[in-house]
Amino acid sequence: MKKHAEPRTHSKPGKFGKYGGQYVPETLMEPLRALEEAYNRFSRDPSCKKELAGWLDDFAGRPTPLYLATNLTSHVGGARIYLKREDLLHGGAHKINNTLGQALLAKKMGKRRIIAETGAGQHGVATAMACAALGLRAEVYMGSEDMDRQKLNVYRMKMLGAKVHPVESGSKTLKDAINEALRDWVTNVQDTYYLLGSVVGPHPYPTMVRDFQSVIGKEARKQIMQQEGGLPKALVACVGGGSNSIGIFHSFLHDPDVDLYGVEAGGESLSPGQNAAPLVAGREGVLHGMMTYVLQNEVGQVQTTRSISAGLDYPGVGPEHAFLMTAGRAKYVTVSDEEALEAFKNLSQLEGIMPALESAHAISYTMKLAKSLGTRDSIIVNLSGRGDKDVEIVAKHLPQ
Amino acid sequence: MPNTSHNDDRIEAKFRELRGLREGALVAYLTGGDPDPKTFLANSTALIEGGADIVEIGIPFSDPIADGPVIQASSMRALSNGTTPLVVLNMIRELSTQFPVPFVVLSYYNPILAMGLDRFLQKARESGVDGIVVPDLPVEESEEFRNISLKHNVDNIYLAAPNTSRTRLRTVLDKSKGFLYLVSIYGVTGPRDSLSPQALEAVRAVKFLARGKIPVSAGFGISQPEHVSAVIQSGADGAIVGSALVRIVGNHLDDPSQAETQLKKTVQSLKEATRLSSKLE
Ligand SMILES: Cc1ncc(COP(=O)(O)O)c(C=O)c1O
Repeated sequence: MKKHAEPRTHSKPGKFGKYGGQYVPETLMEPLRALEEAYNRFSRDPSCKKELAGWLDDFAGRPTPLYLATNLTSHVGGARIYLKREDLLHGGAHKINNTLGQALLAKKMGKRRIIAETGAGQHGVATAMACAALGLRAEVYMGSEDMDRQKLNVYRMKMLGAKVHPVESGSKTLKDAINEALRDWVTNVQDTYYLLGSVVGPHPYPTMVRDFQSVIGKEARKQIMQQEGGLPKALVACVGGGSNSIGIFHSFLHDPDVDLYGVEAGGESLSPGQNAAPLVAGREGVLHGMMTYVLQNEVGQVQTTRSISAGLDYPGVGPEHAFLMTAGRAKYVTVSDEEALEAFKNLSQLEGIMPALESAHAISYTMKLAKSLGTRDSIIVNLSGRGDKDVEIVAKHLPQ
Repeated sequence: MPNTSHNDDRIEAKFRELRGLREGALVAYLTGGDPDPKTFLANSTALIEGGADIVEIGIPFSDPIADGPVIQASSMRALSNGTTPLVVLNMIRELSTQFPVPFVVLSYYNPILAMGLDRFLQKARESGVDGIVVPDLPVEESEEFRNISLKHNVDNIYLAAPNTSRTRLRTVLDKSKGFLYLVSIYGVTGPRDSLSPQALEAVRAVKFLARGKIPVSAGFGISQPEHVSAVIQSGADGAIVGSALVRIVGNHLDDPSQAETQLKKTVQSLKEATRLSSKLE
């Protein structure tokens, strides 16, 4: 990969080069301004930071280990593979880093009603957990199609005290759940906080969610320096909206010798409608309040997506990734459904760790990359979540 | 090439004309291509014959975040029969060559970007479009779009909401051409049974700041003649009715001629309510 110095400073707050921004109905401009202001105060306040760190450690289970996967490494025969174990967090995924941060912020803002969208249900569950712990009311929008596919998470959210609203509009999946959450917010701006689940949407969400997820990379950087005595050759993470990947990338952005790889869902193929890979297969556009890469047809209608992994099944992507790609700082690749399933099996059997299908995409690409590198190199792959939620789907595709 | 058969500033001229008659403007909305091109053209004609002063046509989009269920459903109907932005602009051309009313297009930003700003606005102008509303393009993001719409003489109609700050409202009023679109309530589009007092307050507040420099039309949730007369009495220069009309289209999918009749009748009564002199209690 071509080496680049640190990407140029951003043109204005909320913009990553030309990407990002606030492409929203007028009614949301004022609440977004208030959110930005409250977040700036929150992020500069040492007591808020300390409070959040306490929740992350004691409730969510931070720090997470950086684990050298020796069996996988010798199986592949190449660079040493380290796993950043976000799968060990409460709830089973990195999502809780963000929901605790935003739920605390919402509480400081005096909002008592929290709304969220969810695709696979992971963000919905993490939202429900944070809200229950902090005494907030959670309502989660979820496409009715996704509710059928992820029954267990629907039950978990309800058990945790959240109200789940089925979304019947459009394609009845994650993008429509975001549409519906935005419509709710437009209607109830005065008392409602919208807790977005990834580095997507209008400013300040992409920046704020990235900051909350940056804890992953901060820890990983310290840990690899201790364990390896130097920086890794590369980082690999899966990209749905892009929060776990930006979270681990961010502390390494200014290390030009560390290559960054984002892995998108290649689905069945790269033809329209058969994948969820906007950076690889999409074009610039505006969706959900942000200028970014979008899977769309030639007249600008947003396309339906397809991936075995519900958490990657989204036609847009965080604007900072669009920037990192066009600036040449990070590289984006795809892994197909079939390859992800194979990696799921590999990690389970070689390491005794079942990855989330989302994370299995990153594992698959890491195995390819490790093989192409020397044994003196190391790679960190972000294991964003655990695979228990996916066992049913995997069993269907990989009969014993 | 500028369309010479079309005069500039027809929207503001229409408001001036109506002010002279002591009437507000009725802006009537339908989604382009809903439920099919032929029925859409007939329905639009019904709006005009019923007395709509300005016709607003929506370009259907897959993810209409500012719209409630009624307009969402109409967008899906239009998209499923293959309606594209070009198809809608061509239908507006057909209408604008027959009828002298001003036409406004409503489109989310992505379909415009996909066609290219310059190409879209030029094509819109050539089709007889006088103004454009982009519900997900606030002033802060619209500098390039605004410059190109000025170049093609398509009025850039911005939106204001009840929570728009005074400072931003001044900017929005300053940059709007044609009229200012006041979203009078917190919420998405959709027919509502009653009009909140807050909506009328928003009308008065915005009219005060507008100081007569630009007409103000109120929309979102305005569905009945009483709502129309209330906003006009409160000082609005126009009332925008969308979902209440689109719902008629959706309710008569099996009998399009019934939709036409109903639309014409409904528009007549809505238009009557814009007359300040009329005694509508
Ligand atoms: C385990 C896991 N990894 C990754 C993702 C993708 O999201 P993001 O790209 O924002 O990290 C999800 C989303 O649900 C997830 O549950």
